[in-house]
Amino acid sequence: MEPIIRVRELYKVFGPNPQEGLRLIEDGLDKDTIFERTGNTVGVKACDLDIAEGEIFVVMGLSGSGKSTLVRLLNRLIEPTAGTVEVRGRDVTRMSQRELIRLRSEDLAMVFQSFALMPHKTVIDNAALGLEIAGVGRARRRERALEALDQVGLKAHARSYPDELSGGMQQRVGLARALATDPSIMLMDEAFSALDPLIRTDMQDRLLDLQREHRRTVVFISHDLDEAIRIGDRIAIMQGGEVVQVGMPKEIITAPANEYVRSFFHGVDITQVFQAGDIMDSENIPVLDADTTAGEARNRIAHVPGSEAVILNADGRFRSIVQAKRLNELTVDRPASEVAVTLEPVGEDMALAELPSRAARSPVSIPVVDSEGRFRGLVTLPRLVEALDRSRTAAAMNGDR
Amino acid sequence: MEGRINIPVGDWIETAVDWILDNLEPGLDGIAWFLGLLTNSFEGALLAIPAWLLVLVLVGLSWWRVSWRFGIFAIVALGLILGMDLWEPTIKTLSLVLAATAVALAIGMPVGVAMARSDWVEASIRPVLDLMQTMPPFVYLIPAAIFFGLGTVPGAIATVVFCMPPVVRLTNLGIRQVNREQIEAGLAFGCNRRQLLTKIQLPLAMPSIMAGINQTIMLALSMVVIASMIGAGGLGNTVLTGIQRLDVGLGFEGGLGVVILAILLDRITQSVGRRRKGSH
Repeated sequence: MEPIIRVRELYKVFGPNPQEGLRLIEDGLDKDTIFERTGNTVGVKACDLDIAEGEIFVVMGLSGSGKSTLVRLLNRLIEPTAGTVEVRGRDVTRMSQRELIRLRSEDLAMVFQSFALMPHKTVIDNAALGLEIAGVGRARRRERALEALDQVGLKAHARSYPDELSGGMQQRVGLARALATDPSIMLMDEAFSALDPLIRTDMQDRLLDLQREHRRTVVFISHDLDEAIRIGDRIAIMQGGEVVQVGMPKEIITAPANEYVRSFFHGVDITQVFQAGDIMDSENIPVLDADTTAGEARNRIAHVPGSEAVILNADGRFRSIVQAKRLNELTVDRPASEVAVTLEPVGEDMALAELPSRAARSPVSIPVVDSEGRFRGLVTLPRLVEALDRSRTAAAMNGDR
Repeated sequence: MEGRINIPVGDWIETAVDWILDNLEPGLDGIAWFLGLLTNSFEGALLAIPAWLLVLVLVGLSWWRVSWRFGIFAIVALGLILGMDLWEPTIKTLSLVLAATAVALAIGMPVGVAMARSDWVEASIRPVLDLMQTMPPFVYLIPAAIFFGLGTVPGAIATVVFCMPPVVRLTNLGIRQVNREQIEAGLAFGCNRRQLLTKIQLPLAMPSIMAGINQTIMLALSMVVIASMIGAGGLGNTVLTGIQRLDVGLGFEGGLGVVILAILLDRITQSVGRRRKGSH
């Protein structure tokens, strides 16, 4: 699919003579040497990115790695020194002021770390700012701002002033302000970094909920790997102005490109990254229906390594689990379902961290279903222990560095 | 004084003044006409209103915008002015202050905005402001009197020059102090240059600008009193008469009138920038 944002050979050099800095980069000098020689600071260097429509793309890096500069190059709050940024195939770097303003007010909204609300305006008028700037009439823009506030759960506070709200609520206003213009792309610069950890998690959930309702392309800047893993479909890691690795969270964790990337995992809980779907058994599981007899069930289980079979409904939805040893309690012509254990299956996306407590309560393996409730596989105890052991060693290994 | 170096700055200024008098007469007349009109309109309007009604309005404003205590102070203070028979000079002073402030704001705020937008403009205006503020106020009286004669108009002009710097400085400062992310928010949501100024920068700079306006009004009031020396009239005249006759009582009464006016103007203008909760 054609990416919605395509960045090619993008450079930003700050300072007295950016073109000279650019030449020195091409000569292969590093950031520090260039600064010493010319006083120019390399912000972003040779950046190539393809961001797909509808994904949450997280740009990660330490402070000074150029991530905030990069996001501002996307809507040209910062003028690039060289390279191109295409949004839906149109080059932002060549747009006239008029085209740029149109793009910003219609397609690209932004959420800021410090919220950047207007203290003299009420919450609803803050949320309506983008529409006000675009010249939408007062009644219409308030109506749309109210809808946006409703989406973030702040409708009741529409007439408050920002300083009467908590930090998390203020950022929800910031989010509503971005949503009110119904943009297809949202740029979020460390949007949740100023919030308390609990509120931050809550905001991440809200963002994911909003994405489920209406998928937008989100470019999310963060320095927090836990956050990146939780919300990111893909993560780009920046170091010294360069993008050093792009990939899905699991790819980056299992194969970090360099020491810098690896250093982010220090103290990160990898059991949050891996999910039930990653560690389940999906082969060699006998599938029975509600009428299968105990005799046949025993027969089927005897042919596989495991000692369990699952009973599914006609539509493939999970019903219950039968263990071989319990089948012995029945005569061969009774239905196997009489000794089956009925339990709540887990989703494929349930985090590894949450599985042990489920396993402890369950006499059998944990059934895994997809989002439609269709059976996908079983998380057996040996599999679970193995996965937990692996993630613990990985964490220890990364922590050592 | 043989051998001493003598730079005739005074002579140059006199030459310049002569040149202006000879060549810019119509311009000076225009300014004089406009300022005269403005002050007279304010004065005419304020004197046309019955004193009790104006007192009521001022007390109401004090009560509503500041506090009920200040409202009571306003009743007593304005009652005192009426009782001292200083109503007319007080109104004359007030009109001069209002006219001078209006002109100072009309010139000063755009200058402040221009300074905020360009470092070059800021660097070139700043020394002019320093000069305007540190020059002893009496010095303005001389050219004002030469260009415009004696009376209300030169008083108003000297006042405009003297009271303008704070609003220029604080408009500039207020706009420059607007948070970078708030500017970016404006731009990111599609502001053009004009919208950035009117929708983001000026509203966010408003507390600072209001402080500047308040300072400008206070300076205008102090200058209006001094300007009575070239016949601007009002409370300053009362004080001046007191001095000339060595009449301590009269001088004190005039001074008290100025103080009361200052307190009322200060507190009421300070409250304008403040938000009233639940007013929407």
